[in-house]
Amino acid sequence: MLHFTRWKMIGILAIVLVGILAAVPNLFSKETVDSWPSWVPKRQMVLGLDLQGGAYLLYEVDKQDYVQRRLRTLVGEIRKAMLQEPRIGYSGLGVQGQGVQLRVRDVSQLDLVRTRLEPLRNPLGNSLLGGTAINEFDLTVGSDGLVQMTYSEAGLTQRIRQIVDQSIEVIARRIDQLGTVEPSIQRQGTDRILVEAPGLGDPERLKSLVGQTAQLTFHLVDSSYQTGQTEPQRKPGTIVLPGQDNPNVNYVLEETPLITGEDLTDAQATFDQRSNEPVVSFRLTTGGAQTFGDVTQKNVNRAFAIVLDDKVISAPVIREPILGGSGQISGSFSIQSANDLAILLRAGSLPAKLTIVEERNVGPGLGADSIRAGKIAAIIGTAAVCAFMIATYGVLGWIANIAVIVNVVMIFGIVTLLGATLSLPGIAGVIITVGTAVDSNVLIYERIREEYRSGRSAIASIDAGFHRALGTILDANVTTLIAAVVLFYLGSGPIRGFAVTHAIGVATTMFTAFTFTRLLVAMWVRWRRPTKISL
Amino acid sequence: MRHLRLVPDNTKIPFMRMRRWTFPIAAFLSIMSVVLFFTVGPNYGIDFLGGTVIEIQTKDPKPDLGKLRGSLNGLGIGDVQVQTIGEDNSILIRVGQQPGGESAQQDAIGKVRTLIGDSAEFRRIEIVGPRVSGELAFNGGLAMLVTFAAIAIYVWFRFEWQFAVGSIISAANVVVMTFGFYVVTQHEFNLTSLAAILTTVGYSLNDTVVVYDRIRETLRKYKKISLGDLIDRAINDMLGRTVITTMTTLIALFSLYIFGGEVIRAFTLAMIFGVIAAIFSSICVAAPVLIYFGLRSDAMNDKKKDEGAAPQKA
Repeated sequence: MLHFTRWKMIGILAIVLVGILAAVPNLFSKETVDSWPSWVPKRQMVLGLDLQGGAYLLYEVDKQDYVQRRLRTLVGEIRKAMLQEPRIGYSGLGVQGQGVQLRVRDVSQLDLVRTRLEPLRNPLGNSLLGGTAINEFDLTVGSDGLVQMTYSEAGLTQRIRQIVDQSIEVIARRIDQLGTVEPSIQRQGTDRILVEAPGLGDPERLKSLVGQTAQLTFHLVDSSYQTGQTEPQRKPGTIVLPGQDNPNVNYVLEETPLITGEDLTDAQATFDQRSNEPVVSFRLTTGGAQTFGDVTQKNVNRAFAIVLDDKVISAPVIREPILGGSGQISGSFSIQSANDLAILLRAGSLPAKLTIVEERNVGPGLGADSIRAGKIAAIIGTAAVCAFMIATYGVLGWIANIAVIVNVVMIFGIVTLLGATLSLPGIAGVIITVGTAVDSNVLIYERIREEYRSGRSAIASIDAGFHRALGTILDANVTTLIAAVVLFYLGSGPIRGFAVTHAIGVATTMFTAFTFTRLLVAMWVRWRRPTKISL
Repeated sequence: MRHLRLVPDNTKIPFMRMRRWTFPIAAFLSIMSVVLFFTVGPNYGIDFLGGTVIEIQTKDPKPDLGKLRGSLNGLGIGDVQVQTIGEDNSILIRVGQQPGGESAQQDAIGKVRTLIGDSAEFRRIEIVGPRVSGELAFNGGLAMLVTFAAIAIYVWFRFEWQFAVGSIISAANVVVMTFGFYVVTQHEFNLTSLAAILTTVGYSLNDTVVVYDRIRETLRKYKKISLGDLIDRAINDMLGRTVITTMTTLIALFSLYIFGGEVIRAFTLAMIFGVIAAIFSSICVAAPVLIYFGLRSDAMNDKKKDEGAAPQKA
């Protein structure tokens, strides 16, 4: 037990050294570390939001809202399909629960209906299931003429997955343009997106940028009604939307948009040349410019509304045809809100509405206080434990202390290397590890003591003590490791933060007990050749 | 040099004779904890109930709490709790779950923000929506059950089934008692508290396995002594270790409790309680369980062939 080959010794010390070196950059400030030459390890520990402050925002796709919108578009698509030549007569077309239904008048046309509607089922690519495409909608055609297109469970799930993927891209583009913060954006489960922005003090701006759907559309205003009427009677194919600045003003608009945000190629915040107010100027794609040119040419002196997320920003009157494919949106913006709208338009709209289901913000002050208090507590605690160990075990107590301190430094080193996040519960994980690491030394020493008292020689006792105690340490630590690993995989948030450091700590504890402590004791034995043990 | 010895050598404390008292006490405390849990109930935080917590630090070093409470309760967002934490100007504001789904929570915070405005620094805002809170509770419970199952299988594999049962009963006892601690003290029970409980589970398992390991070894050494005496002997032999380890852990935890700051104080207090419960449980629950489940009668007869199973090489 006390014999080490030279290579084994070098190996153990090398691992310890790597662990310590990996932890070293954490002692210095970020600026200092950045100025070091490139071959030095520079990686620093990632601190959790509870320690360094920041924002944690969990968004969820608003399924209900998405389904309703999608079904409304589907109604339009079906209407169009039925109007193709030869026309198919139908009645009762509308949204019904999770689907759309209609009744075909002439039952002999059902085959034609099937071929017309088949393309609208919208096959969704599914690479996960190896090529078998899932359709967004199920199509049932009853022999009595009742036709239904409803969401299939799998279709909806798959669609939501795609929405999450698209949303993540859009959010990433938006945040990119902010430039100042570096949040992480991750998918969570099937329908959630987690945005974490460490170090961000006030998340309001981030929230307004991430959470806004930013669906921009231009609609012609239905001029047969006065704007401002509260409950206008309207004809089919029109919608009523409130104004952004004054929600009491309603606008009656043609439902089909002239152009949408997808027709935009660029948007910039600038100042209006005459009024000097902040405005957002935009440029349209070639196709968009064509359409917009045509429509404005035909509708001079009519008003069109600029609608963002179902609210009318402004409704200017078309003075002359807009043929150049560019224009500007004005509507009592501040410089920042104009800038944000430009960012949103450039980055594109979210495919569905996102709602915040969980939000946690920690100001930088609180995190700093926690770190400071934690450091003081750690220093005092370590000093007290060390003093206690030395009082109990003398020289071997010193060895135990070195081993435990190396153990803790290695935990931090490994956390740094793995890029794991250190949170407050994570620190608790380290502390409980100090408890079990000390325990492993105590187990060894108490065992040595027992063996010595039963009449063995000093060196034989040390050898037997290690031998016997290591079996116990192995079982105890593997049990704890199992618990930590399960918690890591099943837990979330603070539980996971705890499980990471705890699992690493159990591993380093086993490593130090089986190798490093043993090595130190062996070196001490070789140096002092003890014939008596005072424990 | 004379070293510190907290426990004299060769103690002969009859732990297993004491089990007539300690085991019922442990059972009583557990049952009481369960009863309290279902009658009084813990003071659930927003992680499990949903709702909002806002921590502010006012610029005024001695703010008028009553006035703040009054104006917050006048916002029409239900009952708003206001309390100081630590300093006079560190204030915790709790807003209950708002009816009307996820966005209603955001609206409520908006109102609070407007009311407080620039008079204070917002140090922390946490909003947990109705759906997430249920999931968090479910996942926490699930994690604990799976942990228990995995540990039981490992211990069964390495020891005997009685040991597996004992370690789970003992760990469950610690969990239940720590829950009871939260109910009695009415400290807020949140995800961090769950982490505290899991920590004590880890500690308890570690300690139980250490005690079991020694019992197993003693079982192999002395074939003729009664199981009760044998367990006593094993525990007494380990008493020095148990006391020293408990001492060091408690030293570390108490320094964290005293100097570690407001945020983790309740957390460390629960861990201190849990560690003590874990030590008690290993000796007074885990060990007697072996007797109650008749370890020796059916296990030790065919035990000889297993002699070499302990890890001999390190």
